[in-house]
Amino acid sequence: MEFYLTALILGLCLSAMALGIFISMKIFNIPDITTDGSYTLGAVITTVLLTVHWSAIAIIPVVLLSGAIAGMLTGIIHTRLKIEALLAGILVMTALYSINLTILGRSNVPLLNVSNVFSSLHFLTNEVYNNLIISLIFITVITLIVGYVLRTDFGIAMRATGNSASMTRALGINSNKMKIIGLAIANSLTALSGYLVAQFQNFTDINMGIGIVITGLGSVLIGEALIKWWDITSIMGSLVIVLCGSILFQLVLAFTLSIGVDPNLLKLVTASFVLLIVIIPRLKRND
Amino acid sequence: MIELQHISKVFNRGKVNEVIALNDVSLTIQKEEFVVLVGSNGSGKTTLLNVISGAEIGSNGKVLISNKDVTRLAEYRRSKWIARVFQNPLSGTASDLSILDNFRLAAIRTSQKKLVIGVNEAFKKQVRDKIATLGMGLENKLEQAMGTLSGGQRQALTLLMSVMDDTQILLLDEPTAALDPRSAALILETANNLIKEYKLTAVLITHNLKDAHQYGNRLIQMNEGKVLRDLQSAEKSALELPKMYDWFN
Repeated sequence: MEFYLTALILGLCLSAMALGIFISMKIFNIPDITTDGSYTLGAVITTVLLTVHWSAIAIIPVVLLSGAIAGMLTGIIHTRLKIEALLAGILVMTALYSINLTILGRSNVPLLNVSNVFSSLHFLTNEVYNNLIISLIFITVITLIVGYVLRTDFGIAMRATGNSASMTRALGINSNKMKIIGLAIANSLTALSGYLVAQFQNFTDINMGIGIVITGLGSVLIGEALIKWWDITSIMGSLVIVLCGSILFQLVLAFTLSIGVDPNLLKLVTASFVLLIVIIPRLKRND
Repeated sequence: MIELQHISKVFNRGKVNEVIALNDVSLTIQKEEFVVLVGSNGSGKTTLLNVISGAEIGSNGKVLISNKDVTRLAEYRRSKWIARVFQNPLSGTASDLSILDNFRLAAIRTSQKKLVIGVNEAFKKQVRDKIATLGMGLENKLEQAMGTLSGGQRQALTLLMSVMDDTQILLLDEPTAALDPRSAALILETANNLIKEYKLTAVLITHNLKDAHQYGNRLIQMNEGKVLRDLQSAEKSALELPKMYDWFN
């Protein structure tokens, strides 16, 4: 049971990133690979600042800002230097690896004997349930904020950017600016997931971000399948479904581990699972 | 209202596939004029429209809108005056957004997109009333995604969206090319009414000579990047349809 609860909490922690991927997918229609780097960046900054005894709450703005800068870089490389979004993301992700390693100092740092966001707040005595409550509060607040932003005039304009380039320009929207801001928001959310996961796992590893974009992508794809299925039109509803997608994803991974699949094969399982989610709706359409 | 001075547009200059889309075109369109542009494929009609809207920047020449030089102004900035309807019904609207959100964007076309929620009950009512004038029954489907509608419905909504905000110029690039005859007639009728009601300056590109004959108060035929014929209101109304067919033979 606790095994699945842990997966549930991990799913919640990673759902900030899933919301970020949801935004970047809406803007580019392709996944933003910067995610792999900005996720680790969030974790690395959290770890370094926690070890010098910053309070967990004070770290949040720094983490958000670092993710935003990473996203903006990808956005600027894509829009100003006219490099494909996918390549721009790969470039920034690669560069971030060195930056992350420089900030962290070595490849793996445990977070022992420092107070973090999960240990500093106490709602319940049971540690696992307390973690669950804290991650739940975090994600609720983030979802409400993201949901609000996406429903504003600015948010509608941003969501339209990926839909029809000719329309957005004709409606007075600076699509380049939208892309840069959108990627900044998406990557701050991703960095926030890094912040949460580092504290939840109590360690940061330089390689923790490798392939994490696939996890986010899988969550969004599960979400989008359900959104289509249930014909959900409200943006808030869509965000909640993406959260559920993220949790479901972690539960599936937990299940594969529990039936005795070698943990070394976890990335293989993840990739296969995402492939499955992508192809199932297509198979149905061909009938 | 719109002034083009010696506009040329050359694609792939100096290469084997060089195309002179516009060749030293000068044209003045008065306020509230409804210009119909005809001409064979490749005669430069769409390029002309794109130079006005800013989707293309001319290789030479100047573009003035309301006596303001906009030659170098980006398309999204010219949207302050200009609303557009595209040939492809999918181009003018965002498929994933609801009808309501699409209209919201159209309503704030000329202003800043702020971090405030603009879709409220009053706005919903305004959109509902507006859409009801189309008589398509879409006024009860405001929350539905634009992508679920037919091409004709989307094109009709795109037209309505163009007058949601202060518009002075309406550019219509073969808006009915992808539609069935009945939807096409409805779209042009709606466009014509909106142009009159809102006193718009409009440019319509069409390959349908009947439509070209029926609508507008000025008729321009383009050929090989130049204005071949330019008929003002009186001449246009005196023109007989069979004569127009001869232009293309």
